[in-house]
This record gives sequence, structure tokens and C-alpha cells, in this order.
Amino acid sequence: MGILDKKYHDSTIIIVNLQSALNWARKNSLWYEQFGLACCAIEMMATAASKYDFDRFGIIPRSSPRQSDVMIVAGTVTMKMASRIKRLYEQMSEPRYVISMGSCSNCGGPYWEHGYHVLKGVDKVIPVDVYVPGCPPRPEALLEGFIKLQEKISGETIIKEKNPELKAEKV
Amino acid sequence: MKQQEEIFEYLQKEFGEETVEFYKGDVGQPWLKLPAEYLKKMANFLRDNAELRFNTLMCLSGTHYPDKSELGVTYHLHSTLHGHTVAFKVATPADQPEIPSVESIWKTANWHEREAMDMFGILFKDHPNMKRILCPDDWQGYPLRKDYKPQEYYQSMPTGT
Amino acid sequence: MIEQKISHTENGQTEMVINMGPQHPSTHGVLRLELVLDGEVITDVRPNIGYLHRSFEKYAESLGDYAKVIPYTDRMDYVSAMNQEHGYVLAIEQLLEIEVPERVEYMRVIVAELQRVASHLLAIGTFGLDLGAFTPFLYCFTEREKILNIFEKATGARLLYNYMTVGGLMRDITGDFKTETSSFINSFRPKIKELNDLLSYNSIFIKRTANIGVLPADVALNYAASGPVLRGSGVQWDLRKNDPYSIYDRFDFEVPVGKGEVGTVGDCWDRYIVRVREMEQSLKIIEQALESMPGEGDVKEAVPKRIRPKEGEVYVRTETPRGELGYYIISDKSAAPFRVKARAPSFVHLSLLPAISKGSLIADMVAIVGSIDIVLGEVDR
Repeated sequence: MGILDKKYHDSTIIIVNLQSALNWARKNSLWYEQFGLACCAIEMMATAASKYDFDRFGIIPRSSPRQSDVMIVAGTVTMKMASRIKRLYEQMSEPRYVISMGSCSNCGGPYWEHGYHVLKGVDKVIPVDVYVPGCPPRPEALLEGFIKLQEKISGETIIKEKNPELKAEKV
Repeated sequence: MKQQEEIFEYLQKEFGEETVEFYKGDVGQPWLKLPAEYLKKMANFLRDNAELRFNTLMCLSGTHYPDKSELGVTYHLHSTLHGHTVAFKVATPADQPEIPSVESIWKTANWHEREAMDMFGILFKDHPNMKRILCPDDWQGYPLRKDYKPQEYYQSMPTGT
Repeated sequence: MIEQKISHTENGQTEMVINMGPQHPSTHGVLRLELVLDGEVITDVRPNIGYLHRSFEKYAESLGDYAKVIPYTDRMDYVSAMNQEHGYVLAIEQLLEIEVPERVEYMRVIVAELQRVASHLLAIGTFGLDLGAFTPFLYCFTEREKILNIFEKATGARLLYNYMTVGGLMRDITGDFKTETSSFINSFRPKIKELNDLLSYNSIFIKRTANIGVLPADVALNYAASGPVLRGSGVQWDLRKNDPYSIYDRFDFEVPVGKGEVGTVGDCWDRYIVRVREMEQSLKIIEQALESMPGEGDVKEAVPKRIRPKEGEVYVRTETPRGELGYYIISDKSAAPFRVKARAPSFVHLSLLPAISKGSLIADMVAIVGSIDIVLGEVDR
């Protein structure tokens, strides 16, 4: 793929861009914080099981936000839960990403019209990097979401700050 | 095993003709109507009487009747020993809703009554923990009433789209 | 997230309140348990729910159509969606007083029982995962994928189907549904034995679940427990036999009951083994139904054009993998229901958690919550 350039033949020295190497390491070991809220959590578990294995991409579940890189918000976000999600997002250490899985956390989903207790989209409280549509999305769709996130990470730079407008607003 | 009509006659014999009423819609299952003051006595009788023995409270639901300006509670009871079922309703005015709690008789009623309070605003007397259960504690309004308008913001998060 | 509060009780002991959840790997969803501890022994549990309250009952009144509510019933207990639809559809058919064709009844029983097996596999797998056994989780999910494959061929969706309609089904099955289901049953029977060898009689598993969370039968009945929670306490009560609905009275199957084989009657192990044995009985029902299902018939011939029941109310209860699900529907002659109340089994079972967990340790709490098998979508609706 051209990331690693071998400058000297039959040698154990590889010359590569530091940024590419860091991004390559980061994107191939994204540890997610298992945060299943509702039905999409079952599909997230099915993606982590043997048939649509997550582990082959280097993605494993962690229970604590302090140890994870990405938070998959899988399921409906309610008003009662939204302040906790904000707190958990703030507990994750940077660089951190958010994948919004399923219709409910993208935009409120089937509960957009009369759901008085449903927050219409988790991006009203935290910034989201990838939206995965579906109700619930197939495991392959979630894997595609992760691949898109990997593409986003491989384009990141360690010198400039991430877009400051995307910082979370105080609730 | 008794049918609902037989249970109705049994209760009438015990508590008098005017206290219990029998209703049936055009389709579906019939129900009895009891006044709120007799609720605890009748509930104890329904649970402990040897011929009735309703040992399980299957469901307790609140309802809002806007045309009569009343809030009602429907109780569905079942007896695992005899196999019969009964449904009865209790009504209370919508501006001052208060119904005695049956939590001491069937423990299931604990959470069901909290939910009825959360959704409709019906207060149950002698309930050990009368607090909201599904909506947050500082939620305004009673959501399942027919005239409910959701609040626009909750803790500065928009409830609309 | 830990919130600690240390206080002193009247007899001079210190009491600490620890928060478990709403984000926790073992609480099966967004459940918050406030544990009141004396050292490491639990003296009281206060469950806080409502973190997934999606207003199903408000939706049922506001959508304007009885049939539009069916996708929302799926999403209440998302692990066993077919059983949720079954109860709702039966209630509306009682209100409309229509008879459903035989083929539809058989199909409904087959998908409901297949869903029961899938739901129990998930319950068993996650129960093992909570206690630290990772392998049974993967084995159970592999089997579950085969069932979801069958469902995807029949209905088009993997998890939330919207398959049953009032008076019929959305579409008929295709040619190889029967052969695939039969071959699944034949391949799954030895897997139950494998699961028993792997998890059920494992000495570590028995040490963690026997004599824990004992639920006596009279307490269970007073709290209106049902399903495997009630059967684990020794009460022979199954709605498919004691109060049959649909065509369940035509099938021959047994109802497994907890007998306290490795501990006390009504402990976590009993509730777990009841689920394992129920899967076997569900396979028997599916085989009998596949044999006697009529070969042809239109699945949509009894579907009414407009659903407008007369005035009345009905309470219908069915046996889902978690217990007794009841739908109380009041109709007022209009196209939308006046009131729909869904009585969820997990809501009732969660309320008996304080009664069975006094005196246990924190690690036992995980086992108790896992053995009751709650799904938060159903608790909060």
C-alpha cells in the first residue's frame, strides 16, 4: 500500500514517515468501550463474536472509558442517559473517537416523532466521527464504519490540532 | 374455577349489591368496578378467601379518561390454584387523584404503582417509596395523560428534533 | 463510575453506597444498581431504571393505526422479537374476533419457538461471559447466527422482523425453510450436550451459582414472577400448558422445573438449567409443528383491510423466553387504540432483586442479575 518504503535491500531498517507509522499503529488497534444501550448492542456483540470477528482488525472491547480509544454509542439515547454519556466521553483520553451506531443515535430513529424522552441524535451532546445507518445495522455495516474510521485516522496529522470547532460543548 | 359473572355475584353477596358493578364492552373481556374506599378490604378478601384465592396480581395499569375527567387504575388478578382471572377498575377524579396502595397485599404492585404515578400522577396512599421510576426525578408533567405537552428543553438538551 | 457515600448506621456500623452502572459490562444494558454495603456484604439493593424509556405506550396511542405499532413491539424486548409480536397480534385478533388460518398458526409457533432457542442461547452465553467464561459465549453466538440466518431468509431482517401482522404474516416461507430448520435441529441437539459439558456441570460455574440468590416459591408468586424465574423455584407453571393460546395445546412437550440438583431449589443454577432444558423442548415443538403444518394456504387471507375493533378491552398474555408478557388493550371504536399497556416480565423480575440478594457478595450480584435474565428495553419500554 506504499506506507512502508524499504530503502535498503535485505536490511532490517525501514524508512518511513513518523506520522504514517503512528497512524498505522493507532488505527490497527482501536479498543472500543462497550457501551451498548439497546438493540444495536446485540448486533455489536454479534460483530464481536466468531462469525464477523472484530478481533482480526485489532478491535477488542474494554469496559472502562479510560482504557479505550473509541466509543460506540449503540442504541437509543434518552434524556436520563445523555448526561452520563457526556461524562463518559469526557473521561476518555485523547485521541478519542465516537461511532454512532444505528438510527436511534444518529437522529432519533423510529422515536423521532412522539418520543418525549428520547434525545434525537447523540451528536447533540458529543461530537461524532462516523455514523452507521441501519435499524439495527448489520455487522458488516459496523465493520464498514470502523474501516471508514480507520481511513479518517490515517489522514490525521500529529502537528496541528484537530478541528477546534468539533470540541464538545458544555451542557 | 369461576367465571367473571360468578365472581361478581360472590362479591355482591359479601359486600352488598351497590358497591360492585359489572361492565362488558361490545367485544373482549368483562370487568368489575369498585369504589376506591373499599379497595383494600376487597383486595384482602380476593386474596385470602378460600374459593377465590387470587394470589397473583398480573398487571396494574393506569388510564386517563378525559371525557369524564377521571384517572382510573385497572387490576388484573389471577389464581394459580383455581385457574380463574378477574379484572376490576377503580376511578378517582383527575384533579386530586388518590388511591390506596395494594403493595402490602401483592408485592408486585410496588413498581407498577410507581409507574402509574410517573405516567399519570396518581398518588397511592401508604406506598413505601412513591417516586418517579421511568422518567427522571425532575421531569415535568405526566406523559401518558391525553393532554400532555412535552417540555421543550430538559437540562438544556432539546427534546424536539 | 463510582459514587461512594460512607455513613454510620444506628448500631455504629459503617455503610457504604456503591454505584453499579448505568455503564457496566455485566448489567445487561443500562441499569443502575445502588448497592448498600457493609464491608463486602450487600445489605440492600436499589435498582434505578428508566435509562431506556422510549415511550412505547405513548407511541401506540399516537400513531393512529393498530398495525403501525408492531415494529415498536419488536423493539421492546429486542432479543426475542417474534414473541413480542405474537402477543400483540393475538390481542388485536381477539378484539376483532377473527379466525386465523391454520398455516399461519403453525408458522407463528415455529418462529416463536425458534426465537425462544435464540433468546436462551444469548441468555446462557452472556451469563457465562459475566462469570468469566468466554468460550461458551462464542459457541452460543455461533449457533445463534444459524437461527438468524433462517430468519433472514424468511423475513428479511436479522434482529427486528416486523413479520406477524394482524390476521396473518407479512410473507409466506420459501422452499428451503423447512429443510433448513430440520437440518438446524439435527445439528443443534448434540450442541446442547456440548454446552452442558462445557458450562453447566463445570465445578467453577457451580461454585459461583449454586445456593446463590435463592427465591422461595411463595415469594415468587407474590411478586408475580413467571417463566424460568418461577420454574426455577420449583413451581410447575407454563402458560403454554396452563393457559394455552394459539395452537400450543396440540403439541406434546414437557415443562422443566428446578429441583435443586446442585444446591437449593430456586438458586441461580436452577434458573439457568431450566433455560437449557427448555431449548430441548422447543426443538420438540418445532419438529411436531413442521410435520403437521398444512402444505398450502394463503397467509394473508384473513388480514383485515381496516382495523377498527368495536369498543371493549382485552388482556392477553403469552409465554416469552423471559416470562409472561401481557398486553392490555382498550379500544374505543377508532382506528388507534385508546390505551395499550405492556406488562413486561423483566420489569416484574427486577423488582424482586432486593428480596433475593440480601446477604450476598458483590460478585454474587452479577450472578443473580444474569440468572434473572432481564432485557432493559422491556423493563423501561
